[in-house]
Amino acid sequence: MELHEIAKKTIDGTRGPKGFPDKHIKAKPFSHAALVIQLTLGMLAALSIYGFATFDYKNINLLDSIQSTAVTIKTMFLEPHLKHFTFGEALMQVIITLGLAFLTTLFGAVIALFLALLAARNLSTGTASIIIKAGVTFIRAVPTVLWVLIFAVAAGLGSVAAVIGMTFHSVSYLVKAYSESFEELDKGVIEALKASGATWWQIVFQAVIPSSVTYLISWTFTRFEINFAVAVAMGAAAGAGGIGFDMFMASGFYYDVREVGVVTYFILFFAVLLEILATRIKKKLRAKV
Amino acid sequence: MQANFFARKRRNSFIYYVLLILATVAAITITDYNVVKGFTSIPKAAEWAFQNFYPNEKAMKKLPAIMDSLIETVLVSIAATTVASIFALLFAILGSNTTGVGGVVSLISRSIATLFRNIDVAAWSMILLFSFGQSVMTGYFALFFGSFGFLTRAFIESIDEVSNSSVEALRATGASYFSIIFQSVIPSSIPQLLSWILFMVETNIRQATLIGILTGTGIGFLFSLYYKSLNYSSASLVVLVIVAAIMLIEAISNYVRRVIL
Repeated sequence: MELHEIAKKTIDGTRGPKGFPDKHIKAKPFSHAALVIQLTLGMLAALSIYGFATFDYKNINLLDSIQSTAVTIKTMFLEPHLKHFTFGEALMQVIITLGLAFLTTLFGAVIALFLALLAARNLSTGTASIIIKAGVTFIRAVPTVLWVLIFAVAAGLGSVAAVIGMTFHSVSYLVKAYSESFEELDKGVIEALKASGATWWQIVFQAVIPSSVTYLISWTFTRFEINFAVAVAMGAAAGAGGIGFDMFMASGFYYDVREVGVVTYFILFFAVLLEILATRIKKKLRAKV
Repeated sequence: MQANFFARKRRNSFIYYVLLILATVAAITITDYNVVKGFTSIPKAAEWAFQNFYPNEKAMKKLPAIMDSLIETVLVSIAATTVASIFALLFAILGSNTTGVGGVVSLISRSIATLFRNIDVAAWSMILLFSFGQSVMTGYFALFFGSFGFLTRAFIESIDEVSNSSVEALRATGASYFSIIFQSVIPSSIPQLLSWILFMVETNIRQATLIGILTGTGIGFLFSLYYKSLNYSSASLVVLVIVAAIMLIEAISNYVRRVIL
C-alpha cells in the first residue's frame, strides 16, 4: 500500500494496516477526568435544585425578607452606635478574642509539629502514620463548636473549654498541612543523612524542619486567621467571651442592630488587618525561597 | 565572621523566643485562661464522654428526625455553595489580573469579596436572623455570603495560576474576550475550581452546625436542644451522624480530586 493511501484511509476514519491510529483527531478527547467533572457538576446542580424544592420555607416572603435584610444592613453600617459598652471596652474584647486565637494557634502548632513528624510517611513507620492520619481526620470531621461544647461539660463554659476545643481542631488542620509539607521533602536528603549515620532527631532538626519552615509558618498564619474567625463564633455560640459574645448579646438579647454594626466594624477591621499581615508574611517568605 | 554569624543567629532566635513567650503570657492573662485547668480538663472530658456520651436505645428512636435535619443541612450547604460559586466565578473573572477588565471594576469586585469573606458566617447569621427568623433561609444566606467571599478569592488565585500564558496566546491570535474566557480560562481552570467548590461544601456543613446552634435551625438546633436538656446520648448521636456525613463527603471529594487534578 502506498503511503498516500494509508494517509487517506487514516483520514477517512478506517483503521489502517499495522494498527495505525484510527479516526480523526478529536477536538475534545474523552477522558475519565472530564466525565467525573461533568458528573460532579451535574450532581451538585441537581442536589441544589432538589434542595430548593424541598426546603421548609415556613411561609416567609422571600422578597420582603431580602428587602428588610437590606434595610438592616444599611442601618447597621451607616448608623452604628454604642450603647451597652464603650469603645475601649469593645477594643479590649477584640484583644481578648485575638488572645484566644493566639493561644489556640500556638498550642495547636506545637502539638501538631510533633504529631506531623510521626504522621509524615517519609519520617515515620507506615502504621503510626495511618493511625495518626485517621485520628486527625476524625477530629477534623467534628465541627469546632461541638468540641468546645463537649469540653464545656467538663471544664464549664468559658475560655478554658474554648481554647481546648479550638486547639483540637487546629491540631488536626495543622497536622495535615505540616505532614504534607514534610512529605514533599526530597527522599535523597533523608537517605543521605541516614547513610552518614545521622539520628532521627538530627534528620528532623537539621534537614526536615529547616527546609519546610517557610511552609510551616505560612500554614500557621493561615490557621491564625481562621482561628480569629472561629474565636468570634465561639464567643457567640459557646460563651467563650470576647467580641463574639458582645455581638451575640447585641443581636440576640438587646435586638440592637446598630450595636451589631459597631461590632461588625471591629471584627472586619481586625480580620482585614490579619489578612494583610498574613499576605505580607507569605510574600516575604516566598521571596526568600 | 563565622563566629559572628552564629552568635547573631542565636541572638535572633533568642529574641523571637522571648517575644513568643511574652505574647503567650499576655494572652493567658487577658483571656483568663487557666493552664492547669486546661490540661486536666482533657482527661476529665474523656472520662465523662466514656460514661455519658454515646447513643443508647432511646436515642436511636430519634434517628429518623436527626437524619431529616441532617439531609436538610447538607442540602442547604450544597445549594449555598453552588449558587455562591456561580457569583464567585463572575466576580473572580472580573477581579483577576489576567482576565479582569482592570481598573475600578477589578478593585470593586475584589473589595466586595474581601468584605464578604471577613464578616464571619456567625455574624451573617445573626444579621439575617432579624429578617428571616428561624427559617432555613437564614442559614442559607449566611453560608451563601461566606462562601461567595471565600470562593471569589480562591477562584482569582486559581485563574491567575492556570491561565496566564494561554490568555496571552489567544489574545495574540485575535480571539474575542468571551471566547478567551469560555474556550480557555474556564476549561483549563475547572479542575481547580471544582476542587475549591468541594472543599467549600465540606466547610459549609461544619459551619451549618454552628449557624444552627446560633439561629435554631437544622442539625445544629437539634444538637443544642439535646445538649441543653442534658440528653447527652441523643446529642452524641447527632455528633456521630455529622461526622459520618462529613467523612463521606470528604471521601467523595478526595476521589474526585484524585481523578481530575
